[in-house]
Amino acid sequence: MKWFKQPATDTQITHQSRVWLYAVAVVVMIFLVIPTLLVIPMSFSASQYLEFPPRKWSFRWYEAYFSSAAWMQATATSLKAGLLTALVATPFATMAAYGLHTSRFKHVNWIWMLLLTPMVVPVILIGIGVFYAYVKLKLVNTLLGLVLAHCMLAIPVVMLVVGSALKSYDMDQERVARSLGASPFYAFWSVTLPQIKFAVVSGAVLAFLTSFDEIIVALFVSGGDNSTLTRNMFNALRDQVDPTIAAISTLIVLITSVLLILTQYIGQDQSD
Amino acid sequence: MKNASLPISIEKITKKYGSTYALDHVDLEIKSGEFLTLLGPSGSGKTTLLTVLAGFTRPDGGSVKFGGTEMVCVPPHQRDVGMVFQNYALFPHMSVAENVAYPLKIRGVKGLEAQERVERSLEMVRLGGYGKRGIDQLSGGQKQRVALARAMVFEPRIMLMDEPLSALDKQLREHMQIELRQLHEKLGMTTVYVTHDQREALTMSDRIAVINFGKIMQLDTPRAIYERPLNKFVAEFIGESTFVPVHIENGIAQFANFSFKTLHNDSRHGAALLMLRPERLKVLRDQDNLNTQFNEFSGQLVHLVYQGDSSLLEVKLPNDLLVQVRMPSVELQNHQNLQAGALLRLAVSVQDTVVLSAEGGTS
Amino acid sequence: MSALPNALALRRADSIERLWLLGLVTPAMLLIVITMVLPVGWLFYLSLLSDTGAYTTEHYVRMWEQPSYMRTFRATFEVSIMTTAICLVIGYPLAYFLSELPKRAANLCMIAVLLPLWTSLLVRTYAWLVLLQRKGLINNWAIELGLWSEPIALVHNMLGTLIGTVHVMLPFLILPLYASMRAIDRNYLRAAANLGASPMKTFWSVFFPLAMPGMATGALIVFILCLGFYVTPAVLGGGKVIMVSSRIANDIEIFFNWGAASALGVVLLVMTALLIWIFMKLLKISNPMSQVVKS
Repeated sequence: MKWFKQPATDTQITHQSRVWLYAVAVVVMIFLVIPTLLVIPMSFSASQYLEFPPRKWSFRWYEAYFSSAAWMQATATSLKAGLLTALVATPFATMAAYGLHTSRFKHVNWIWMLLLTPMVVPVILIGIGVFYAYVKLKLVNTLLGLVLAHCMLAIPVVMLVVGSALKSYDMDQERVARSLGASPFYAFWSVTLPQIKFAVVSGAVLAFLTSFDEIIVALFVSGGDNSTLTRNMFNALRDQVDPTIAAISTLIVLITSVLLILTQYIGQDQSD
Repeated sequence: MKNASLPISIEKITKKYGSTYALDHVDLEIKSGEFLTLLGPSGSGKTTLLTVLAGFTRPDGGSVKFGGTEMVCVPPHQRDVGMVFQNYALFPHMSVAENVAYPLKIRGVKGLEAQERVERSLEMVRLGGYGKRGIDQLSGGQKQRVALARAMVFEPRIMLMDEPLSALDKQLREHMQIELRQLHEKLGMTTVYVTHDQREALTMSDRIAVINFGKIMQLDTPRAIYERPLNKFVAEFIGESTFVPVHIENGIAQFANFSFKTLHNDSRHGAALLMLRPERLKVLRDQDNLNTQFNEFSGQLVHLVYQGDSSLLEVKLPNDLLVQVRMPSVELQNHQNLQAGALLRLAVSVQDTVVLSAEGGTS
Repeated sequence: MSALPNALALRRADSIERLWLLGLVTPAMLLIVITMVLPVGWLFYLSLLSDTGAYTTEHYVRMWEQPSYMRTFRATFEVSIMTTAICLVIGYPLAYFLSELPKRAANLCMIAVLLPLWTSLLVRTYAWLVLLQRKGLINNWAIELGLWSEPIALVHNMLGTLIGTVHVMLPFLILPLYASMRAIDRNYLRAAANLGASPMKTFWSVFFPLAMPGMATGALIVFILCLGFYVTPAVLGGGKVIMVSSRIANDIEIFFNWGAASALGVVLLVMTALLIWIFMKLLKISNPMSQVVKS
């Protein structure tokens, strides 16, 4: 308890007098994390009504999820869309970030802003706009249409991550490589890319998550056979509280956490 | 020896940024196998000229020829020149050997032949056997040597160096200067070296091009640049000097009541600047007599600073002009009267009496 | 200047290089122009068309005249302002706490902020639904513990909407605020203390102003996101809290009224753009890119 009376800051405020700060901080952190985590044990409850802690444990909601053709189809669609989005958006965005970084064009910032607008424009507007365009182009309820729209949403995210990595990268190395005989492309490929690969992988993961978790555009544009997981979940939420969603949520939380923690750790290794 | 080097011909190279000339119609002929230093203060254009040679800076116009072949539009990766950067720019994700092998790999040299050439290159910079090490395990000097090995391994006939030693400490720097010079003599390639350190330039070069404001101020051997600077900028930039305003007529420079015979038997007439280098001035003893190869003048000693191997005397001439005299400390004991206020007899050889035009242009 | 040798060839080589670099940007640009700029632009056009295809401003005029629209705007602004305010009040202490921790501990605690950010929005919304509903966890526990006797309506109203929205928006406030706070040179605080300022005074006169850019950025992001927020208010509001985005969605899904929906969307976009512009002018940000990349 001696620690309590120790000064916490240069201005000699003790920990004791700041206890309220620590309490608030901890409470807020709990507020942030707990709701999502609570879903996990609840998904194992045997009863129709979600309860915590579950009185009886069971896998029934997981079974319901895995045995439902509709849910499985939706999951497959979401996974496919996510992977395709990551595969397309990552190279597009990386090229764009690299091109803008090395260009001596005066108005580079304007192009940056244009490419970031999908993050600023209200998603609902994008959703109905894309829907309208797709009706005309007959791309509604197609995987292609969905992936195109998701790529548009993912590109700004990847550009920010890769752009930030390029900012702290020493471009002299590419110049050296070129002086040693490497063509501009080979110099990028053999020298720059290996050193920004963490950012590129990070960006790809975020692109995947952007697509996988995307709701609004999917709501309008994916349907029928190509309905996404998020669309089905959203509709289910509006109707009734289906416990299967708890199981799905748990799986989503686990996958997301694993992906994010992995990228964080790889990042630590590289920066050490 | 096979043709290990190429001459470089630079003609009317110009680069403008906005309204300032980074390079102003530069003409320069570099001989095959020569070690030429581009010397100047920061912003003088020396680095820009080097990057033009490398191909990273595209000039607004002009011609760059390597051995007679026009190169100015050729992209950097096709120029086949070796380059060493100020911050080494070694690839951190590759080992030392992989770094050095990089240019060989691009040129299709692999396997055993590549390994041998890499090892030979490393041995030439005294890092034989360091191949497997990671870049982060090397000291600054070692990194610089790996960068050198990497630039040499493909036997370029032209080598460009951009202040490669400026990040090293003094002792290491002086040691590397000698090593670089020895390597140059051994391999014989044409070397263009950029530095702002005049001592480094004097030590290493066959010729020095002093640059300022994007123009070459003087191109000459180190000795000629030091002893016969063409203008005030060059005189000031290299070595220490004091400038005395004089009136020159019929080859005699007049200052106060002193006449200086100059080397130039030219027809200049009017105001000019006399350059005096501290270590070329002698303090005469009362009994010394000079022959006609010396100019004599006098002044009042202001103070004396003992600086170890040499001592610096500050002497006041007429018109309150202060001139510095550098004397080997061992000679201090030969003079009896070196107190503040003493009247000193000073002499400078006619050979060392250099007169520059008042504006700082060429004589 | 008179013609320099090779000047033309050099200029041509320069242009080719520029085209290559711009070419790298083209795929991303094309995608975004085709899938976003054009469709949204088309919506602007649609907002000026009536059912019969004639030019009209009726959709915009209706917004002004019909009271239901006013209610929608009011609800939207209420939610946005209250959410931003609550986030500021509870987020500032947490951000401050994190900024005082040593780097490693801070990174660890950051997971608490980043995890909800990247966990699916639906999962988070669902979690709150489960917690707040009549037979949900909070009501059950409260009744068990004797806090209240009848289940309270915690969801399908403004309260539930606010709780869910605050939970979603909080990380967006904390991240830029934290970055701003971390960047403050602690020497400023020491100097203030040395000059005689009490801890309270040091905080308000030195720390708070220096952290202001991060705070303002975070508040702006939260406010703008709230304006256009759809999912959480739609689910947790239960149809009682109708925000602009819900209205737009209903106009399309139920009424197929493209004109009305587009007009509303345009208004939302203009409000967003206006807010950003005002923000940039106030904080005198000339290069918005530096701000974005920082957070």
